[in-house]
Parts: sequence; structure tokens; C-alpha cells
Amino acid sequence: MSYHDVAGLSPSHAADSRVLPLRADRVALALLILVAYAVLPFVGNDYVFSAILVPFLVLSLAGLGLNLLTGYAGQLSLGSAAFMAVGAFGAYNCMLRNPGLPLFLSFALAGLFAAAVGVLFGLPSLRIKGFYLIVSTLAAQFFVQWLLTRVSWFSNDNASGVITAPPLLVLGHDFSSPVGRYLLSLTVTLGLTWLARNLVHSQTGRRFMAVRDMDTAAAVLGIPILRTKLLAFAISSFYCGVAGALWAFAYLGTVEPHGFDLKRSFQVLFIIIIGGLGSVSGAFLGAAFIVLLPVAMDNVAVRFFAGVIDPGHLENAQKLLFGSLIIFLLIKEPQGLARLFQRLKERVRAWPLEP
Amino acid sequence: MAFFIEVLTGGLLAGLMYTLVAIGFVLIYKASGVFNFAQGSMVLFAALTFVSIVERGVHSAAAFAITLVTMLVLGALIERVVLRPLVNRPPITLFMATLGLSFVIEGLAQTLWGAQVHGLELGIEDVPLDVLGVSLSKFDMFASGVAAALVLVLGLLFTRTRLGLSLRAVADDQLAALAVGIDLQWIWGVVWAVAGAVGLVTGLLWGARVGVQFSLSLIVLKALPVLIIGGFNSIMGTIVGGLIVGGSEKLAEVYLGQLVGGGIENWFPYVLALVFLLWRPTGLFGTASIERL
Repeated sequence: MSYHDVAGLSPSHAADSRVLPLRADRVALALLILVAYAVLPFVGNDYVFSAILVPFLVLSLAGLGLNLLTGYAGQLSLGSAAFMAVGAFGAYNCMLRNPGLPLFLSFALAGLFAAAVGVLFGLPSLRIKGFYLIVSTLAAQFFVQWLLTRVSWFSNDNASGVITAPPLLVLGHDFSSPVGRYLLSLTVTLGLTWLARNLVHSQTGRRFMAVRDMDTAAAVLGIPILRTKLLAFAISSFYCGVAGALWAFAYLGTVEPHGFDLKRSFQVLFIIIIGGLGSVSGAFLGAAFIVLLPVAMDNVAVRFFAGVIDPGHLENAQKLLFGSLIIFLLIKEPQGLARLFQRLKERVRAWPLEP
Repeated sequence: MAFFIEVLTGGLLAGLMYTLVAIGFVLIYKASGVFNFAQGSMVLFAALTFVSIVERGVHSAAAFAITLVTMLVLGALIERVVLRPLVNRPPITLFMATLGLSFVIEGLAQTLWGAQVHGLELGIEDVPLDVLGVSLSKFDMFASGVAAALVLVLGLLFTRTRLGLSLRAVADDQLAALAVGIDLQWIWGVVWAVAGAVGLVTGLLWGARVGVQFSLSLIVLKALPVLIIGGFNSIMGTIVGGLIVGGSEKLAEVYLGQLVGGGIENWFPYVLALVFLLWRPTGLFGTASIERL
């Protein structure tokens, strides 16, 4: 595989505005998707599917949603988990109250519910700026969690507010097995990622970035600030909502509102900090990191320090490592793993002409 | 009516406990423009260190001194390791760095001192006092006194001293402050150390109230609405914000909570803060920012 091209210049406007300008990137991505669909389902085991791949895909999707809002449109949010909860409970109620509703349609509706809630809590963003805005998203976080726990209608009058996923039927096929849930998450995540990648290359995406960089300047240029910000909240919450529905249906099977607490919001935020603010691939790199690091640390602890480190210590060690890593990355590479990856690619492209 | 007044005053006093936490935030925000999410973990760290030292048989005055020195060192260390490399970066980056910092401090505190719950006795009895026919908690009165004293001292520091002037200059514009010869690193070190000391006071009072445990770090979330209503960079604002949040929170819980099934104290202050923000986008006493191209 070669990354060589003519000095990185495109011969036409159409070629310049392609979603993936490099042919090598397109080939690599196609290969990756091929492996994900045609190889992994046959070689992976249930543990890999349900403990690593599914949470990785779902968290990537949530990270992507938050990245559209925070990384591209510059609106800090600490309420991602609330929008995920709206999606999860929305999809559950859709399917419960409309038997026979197609799964994907209920996911889409769940996303729309989340988008509506997102717009509601995004409304103050026109008047409130910067850090003051986190009060709005935190209000969403606490209010949604309280509402879902308090109003038992949402969980079909379950005493502890727990919802259980219905069988995952798509066109008559049951996707409830670990492989099936992996394929389901993969398809939804890939579809939405493709849309997001197009979105950030479109006029809307450029408006997001203009608002992020300086909203006063963007307003002077004639960009409708309120509409752009609300659109960012809506799209971001839609992604989080679908991710929440997948989290409940494809990953956990049963969830309660408490599963979407502030910690989850922080987890999603860390994904985009580590992966890279304002990049689509960053959400995936960050999610891979967040899912794999605890697994790796558990393995190391079991293999080398069995009996020496108890789980409490391990959790503290994880916190220490995570925190230090975030600080280190912010200092050394504020654009995260995605930027490191890009630099690596650039070096490969320039090789052997530049060292 | 007597019940109403009792609920209200109880809430107002509890609100001043939030003020204590909020002061730590304002201090750092005023001097560096950083929204320090790690303040809660600093409170936890301070309280846990103090209790653990006392439990090892050290006199409480000595333990206080040791913890104070620890917090001062911690503050200076944070400046050196975390903030200095991040000079002149966007505020959102600094905020996220403090998020990471809060993880580090929490992990460190619990690795050093363990995760069990400790009781903390300050020698102030929590007995109801009868003031003009309203019974008030003696402990809460003491805590409010401490909060008021802290606000007064820090308010004077910021407005009446040369150090306060340089702190405000740094908050206004880091580069300009550097250009006129203000020692940025020294200023930041001082502020973080003082914030650590405020964290110690907060940790002792809150620890005596609810026990020294992990949930102590979550009082950040209680202080945030206070901070936002008062304005990020107003020390006076923390008192007013604390009173508003504390009073209305208790009243809402007692009178409104019955109607909707209770448990509303988690989100009520945030919705309240949101309403205040829609009216005044930088809080009651926050400085309005001027936007230029």
C-alpha cells in the first residue's frame, strides 16, 4: 500500500472535496469494513463480541455524537449520558407500545426523541456561553435521570425502573446472539459514521466550525447562530440517542436510568479528549482506548500481580493512569490520538524523501 | 409560618456550606481563568489526609499543620506539572486538564489512605440553638461564620492588595500580564496553594457533616449552581449564590417535592441556575465579557 500522491494536490474541485481524499485511505477503510463483516464474525468468540467489540462500537457512536457538538460546534456538554438514556428508554417504549415496529425505525425514533430533548436543553446556548453552558447540559443530565426513575410509565411500571430489551428482530432474522448484536451495532455505527463524515465536510459542518472558532465572527459572516447551534445539539443528541438505544438493546440487554449517570457522560467526554476533538476517527480511536485499557490492566493484574493487587487498588490505579494520561495528552498532543495517527500517515507518505 | 422560616433559615445556612466549596473555584477562576473541576477532589484529599493522620495518633493541631503544608505543596506541584505547560491554551483545554487532575487526585487519595468511610469530630456540638424563636443548628452557624470570614478575607485580598491586583491582571489576559512583568508562575502557584488551603477548611467542615468518604468529591456538583448564579469571578457572588441555592432548594424540596414525588434536590439548583443565567448570562455578579472581532 502506498500513500504517495502528487504533492497532496487534487486535480479538480470534486476530487478535493471528497470525503476521503486519499485513495490509500479508501482502500484501507474498505479492507477494514470487509474484515469487520466477513472475517471477524467467524473468528471472534462471544467474549470478544459482547465485552469488547459491541461496547467499542456503541461508545464510538456516542463519542462521535459528542464530538459533533463539542469538537466541531464548540459547545461543551456534560449531558451525553442523559441523551443516551432518552434514546434507550425511547426505543424501549416505541417497541413496547407499538408491537411489530421495525427495530431500525424504533432506533430512529429514539434518536429523534433524544434530538428533541437535546434542542430543548440547547436552547439556552444562544444566550449562555462558554463554561456557563455546562449548567444547561448538567441540568439535562440530572433532570432526565430523575424523571426516568420517578415516572414509572417510562419503564412500563417496573419497580426499580429497569428495562429489558425485546428480541432484536430485523426482517424476521433474530440478531440476539452475540454475533448478531455485533453485526447490528456495526451496521448502525457505520451508517451513521458515513453520514457524520459527510456532514462535517458539508456547509453545515463548516458552519459548526465557524461557530466554534468565534461565534461573533460567524454571525458577522451571516451564519445563523441559533439555528446552527440548535442543529448541532439536535444532531449530536440524535447520535447519542441511537447509541443509548444500542447500549441498552445490543450491549447490556437490561438497563436502569442509573446506568446513564454523570460518569457515563464523562466517559464519553474522555473518549473525544483522548481520541481527538473535532475528528471523526478520533471517536473510534478514543473508544478503542477506553474499552481496551481496563481490559488490558485487568489482564496484567491477573497475570503478573495475582493476589498482590486487590480490585479496589486496581480501580485507583486505573483512575491515576487515566487522569495522568489525559493531562499528558492535553499537554503533548491536544488533538489526541487522531492527530498522532495522522502524523504517522504523513510520515509514511513523505518517506523516503523526508526523514 | 414558623415552619416556613425554619426551613428557609436551615436552607440558607446549608447554602453557606456550598459557598465554602464555591470559594475555591472562584479563587482559581479569578486568577487563571481556569474552571477547576478538581476542587472537589482537593477537598476529599485534604479531609482524607487530615483524618488519616489524626487516626494515627497525631494531635489534631499538628495534623492540621501537616495537611496544610501538604495542600500547599500539592497546589504548587499542580502549577508546575499541569498548568505551566498549558499556558495560553484555550480555556476548554484547561478545564479538561482539571478533569484529568480530579481523577489523579482521587486515585492518589484513595491509594494512600484507602477507601473506607471515616468519621470526623471537630469538637463543635451539633445542637439546636434557639434564635428569636427559630431553632438553628450550632454547627451550621459555625460553618457559615467560617464561610463569611473566608469571603471577607479573600475579598479584601483581591481588591486591596498588590497581589490581588496581579491576580486580576493574570485572569484578564495572561500574555498582557506577562508583558508587564507579572510573575505568572509564582501567581498561579500561590493561588493553587491557597485554593488547596480553602479546600482543607471545606473538607474539615463538610467531612464533619457527612463523613469523610469518596462522595465528598461530588460536592463540586452542589457548588456549581452556586458558582453560576453568583458569577464565576465574584467572591461576593458565592455568598449570595449560596444563600439563593440553599434557601430555595430546601423550600422546593419541602413544598414542591411533595407534589412531584421528591428527590428533586439533585436537579432543582441547576434549573434555578439556568433561569438566572437566561436573565443574566454571566451570573449575578460576574463580569460581562465584551466581544470583539
